[in-house]
Amino acid sequence: MTENDWPLYEIFIRPRNGLAHRHVGSLHAPDPEMAIEMARDLYTRRGEGSSIWAVPSSAIAASSPDEKASLFEPAEDKDYRYPTHYKIPSDVKNM
Amino acid sequence: MYTQGLDGDIGPVREAETADEKALEARFQAKIDAEIRIEPDDWMPEGYRRTLIRQISQHAHSEIVGMLPEGNWVTRAPTLRRKAILLAKIQDEAGHGLYLYSACETLGVERAELVEQLLAGKAKYSSIFNYPTLSWADVGMIGWLVDGAAIMNQVPLQRCSYGPYARAMVRICKEESFHQRQGYEIVMTLAEGTPEQRRMVQESLDRWWWPALMMFGPPDSDSVHTAQSMKWKIKRVTNDELRQKFVDVTVPQAERLGLRIPDPELKWNPERGHYDFGPVPWEEFWRVIKGDGPCNRERLAQRRRAHEEGRWVREAALAHAEKRRLRSRAA
Ligand SMILES: [Fe+2]
Ligand SMILES: [Fe+2]
Ligand SMILES: [Fe+2]
Repeated sequence: MTENDWPLYEIFIRPRNGLAHRHVGSLHAPDPEMAIEMARDLYTRRGEGSSIWAVPSSAIAASSPDEKASLFEPAEDKDYRYPTHYKIPSDVKNM
Repeated sequence: MYTQGLDGDIGPVREAETADEKALEARFQAKIDAEIRIEPDDWMPEGYRRTLIRQISQHAHSEIVGMLPEGNWVTRAPTLRRKAILLAKIQDEAGHGLYLYSACETLGVERAELVEQLLAGKAKYSSIFNYPTLSWADVGMIGWLVDGAAIMNQVPLQRCSYGPYARAMVRICKEESFHQRQGYEIVMTLAEGTPEQRRMVQESLDRWWWPALMMFGPPDSDSVHTAQSMKWKIKRVTNDELRQKFVDVTVPQAERLGLRIPDPELKWNPERGHYDFGPVPWEEFWRVIKGDGPCNRERLAQRRRAHEEGRWVREAALAHAEKRRLRSRAA
């Protein structure tokens, strides 16, 4: 590794307890610990976070945009997964 | 503005030839027209990718070089409060540069390569940062006018068709508003101060006004690539429209402080509902862009020196990472 090829890390921040970590961007760092220190300076200068995850970008497997149809279309015609699919008379309360 | 509409100069681009390519391009444009954001792994025309790389990297370089004129005053800020504010602002600009480099990397270029282009003098950055900061009033003027112009330019970029660029812009815009307000506060303090302070701040406005208007780039009649960028929704508002908007909001802010805009032709035009203003000195703009502004050489030399002098830090970080790695393996 030279100074020009510090690996890329994806940075996730939890804004406050009770919320999920959310992807905020990426940065280059020599190791995971320093990635977290750098993410502190880069992404939380105004108290935006209470927890940081740094994940090597190379560890992320992503679905390809070309597979979008085969992956996601099966969910599209299953209307019965939504509560609005069911007709319940309006005089039935609390449902 | 930080890209000044010079971003169109991307060299020859191969046109779509096969039916397949043409279909992909049509589908791509349909997504853009439907306001669907383009994400890194999506198919995109070569020209779109290269236009973005050019524009985002110029924007990133501008944030980085933009730290230098302000850095000039850190040790001479008049109070501890002003010094802390200035440091925080400069640190934000470093952050903006890094958000933008990482947005640019999603298009398949390496940050190291972009930095190298900057240091080699092959990359462009905003002309505004090639002007010197001669007085403390200039620090206020930069916040008010330069960050003000940046905001005007960056707000529509939050809706840019390329997702990572648009998201970086959202973060950046949130941070910019303090930059402009702290600048206006400095200008206001001086404008309400002693006669000498008033003179200082007026003299500063006299120097920065025209360079600030140049930040929006050449007139629409000379920006050959605007139409394509608008069609791709990389750009949403033209250079001249942004410039007009900037003049319209800034003139009342100057009047409020009793400052005089150095333009004898500046006049409210009730029919247009806008200010008319005199011709921008475009010869000066092109001279600065081509490398012959007051500080071009100094800025690059300073960037190179900073890069060299920071080498040991990068090496130390690497050595530290290596040590940690070996230790954790031994444990
Ligand atoms: Fe900035
Ligand atoms: Fe900016
Ligand atoms: Fe700024």
